[in-house]
Amino acid sequence: MPYKIVASQCTNCTACEALCPNQAISEKGNTFVIDPDLCTECVGHFDDPQCVAICPIDNTCVIDSTLPRYAA
Amino acid sequence: MTDLSLENARTSASDEAVVDISDVMQKMAEHKGCGTEGGDGKASCGSSGGPEDMPAEIWEKVKNHPCYSEEAHHHYARMHVAVAPACNIQCNYCNRKYDCANESRPGVVSERLTPEQASKKVLAVASTIPQMTVLGIAGPGDPLANPKQTFETFRLISEVAPDIKLCLSTNGLALPDWVDEIAKYKVDHVTITINMIDPEVGQHIYPWVFWENKRLTGYEAAKILTERQMLGLEMLTERGILAKINSVMIPGVNDKHLVEVNKAVKSRGAFLHNIMPLISAPEHGTVFGLNGQRGPSAQELKALQDECEGDMNMMRHCRQCRADAVGLLGEDRSEEFTTDKIMEMEVNYDSEGRKAYQQAVEAERQAKVEAKKGELDGLEAAGDIKLLVAVATKGHGIINEHFGHAKEFQIYELSSSGAKFVGHRRVDLYCQGGYGEEDALDTITRAINDCHAVFVAKIGGCPKAELAEAGIEPVDQYAHDYIEKSALAWFKEYLAKVASGEVTHEQRGDAAIRQGALLNAG
Ligand code: SF4
Ligand code: SF4
Ligand code: SF4
Repeated sequence: MPYKIVASQCTNCTACEALCPNQAISEKGNTFVIDPDLCTECVGHFDDPQCVAICPIDNTCVIDSTLPRYAA
Repeated sequence: MTDLSLENARTSASDEAVVDISDVMQKMAEHKGCGTEGGDGKASCGSSGGPEDMPAEIWEKVKNHPCYSEEAHHHYARMHVAVAPACNIQCNYCNRKYDCANESRPGVVSERLTPEQASKKVLAVASTIPQMTVLGIAGPGDPLANPKQTFETFRLISEVAPDIKLCLSTNGLALPDWVDEIAKYKVDHVTITINMIDPEVGQHIYPWVFWENKRLTGYEAAKILTERQMLGLEMLTERGILAKINSVMIPGVNDKHLVEVNKAVKSRGAFLHNIMPLISAPEHGTVFGLNGQRGPSAQELKALQDECEGDMNMMRHCRQCRADAVGLLGEDRSEEFTTDKIMEMEVNYDSEGRKAYQQAVEAERQAKVEAKKGELDGLEAAGDIKLLVAVATKGHGIINEHFGHAKEFQIYELSSSGAKFVGHRRVDLYCQGGYGEEDALDTITRAINDCHAVFVAKIGGCPKAELAEAGIEPVDQYAHDYIEKSALAWFKEYLAKVASGEVTHEQRGDAAIRQGALLNAG
């Protein structure tokens, strides 16, 4: 359950939303957010977390270390 | 690409609108080499040509397109709608917090529109401004990384306003996947930004590309990108879709290499090659801005454009406009058409009125060409003399702008073969609130320092004296007359003075390409 978007960094470019295999990402107010209950770190879908791979701003899609890692 | 219907449409359109590639190549070849307007004795009819210079189908496609035809950009307008915010690559000259630098100038954030809002905006603008003939989707990201939004916008507009030409600009990575969809919506103009054909060079321009669900970096990233760009270009040419290539000139990185790029895109049927200067300043927040990578000077840019011109049509009138600019190129009217204002508007699309207006413009354009022809005699006296002049104009091919109000100057090269448009120089507004500012005048002098004269509709006494001192002759006696005709008349007088010994012809120095103006003018 662990990726999150750092709201102050997000440019609202929408790129991650379309790529997430779990539809975990949506627009909320002035930023995009990840639903921690839906995010699987892309495990079982792709080698790399898609939101991290496409995000134009470094360190914007990051592990939410307050939550436990996803276990398939 | 989760949209299934689009996915289907894409496959079913694949057998449409395919023309024989050899046929197209032949036309491309034929339409080069006529050289009636070229300077340097080189063939360069291309974008500065008129109907007599190119095959009818190509002229039909470009004549109302301000981005492709240098003649048209004096008379017609285009607009962009920002429906495509996502991107699938990263360029070192782009700050993704702002718009795509491929087609817009960096540093200006535009609002994101839904396809419905975008099409309403286009129809509202087209109904208000009859010269609006081209709609482009160019960002803020890559249109083909947002295919759903891009093609839905095209669909909505083509239903109501089939006379509006559609175009898009792309980095090319996704292009091969969408060429058939592009053909289906009769998008007849596609711009691809190609900065390299060698991944060794490319890895210094592109830190990464997103490819098959992975982020690739370095050589590997640039290799995929160039392969996809070349394939996409070939596929466009096969289908008879005009392709324009944009290249960003980055001194020390790809400047020499762009000659190779020029050959590669020409051999694949590209119609136009537009070499733009890198716009780079630390405040843009781009990789190049922050690491001190400089942009080219005006002379360096022109030298490269000249070197490539022998091979192909070069486009020199690109102003790197922002993606949501409305109105004549350079003249930004987007304030009149904010989303709130548009959603309240009653839009009646008046195709008859638009047609009448466009016919009138056609007549005006013919008159301009005639006027110029009259001045072409007697230019042999120029011999090897070749010089640049700057012109203050609001459009329509006429000297109709006050020196103090000019936001940019058009640059023409005068030589024994006539007057050739070679580019623009943006300047800060010299006249702010009616009085001139010393520093601003300095800026202008630097921006047009390589010119022998500046043509204006009007100019104050003070700047006049200072320009003269800088060696740039201010010329106001051709106010409200046609640019080329006037420039040639002045040129002949100048040549007479040189011949009589009254003046000595001297080369002028280099000029600066304004960086800040691009950022602040919005
Ligand atoms: S890591 Fe994968 S599953 Fe999680 S939000 Fe990002 S794209 Fe979606
Ligand atoms: S890709 Fe990054 S910048 Fe774009 S919407 Fe997602 S989190 Fe925001
Ligand atoms: S393609 Fe355009 S939006 Fe994408 S990184 Fe390059 S300049 Fe920026």
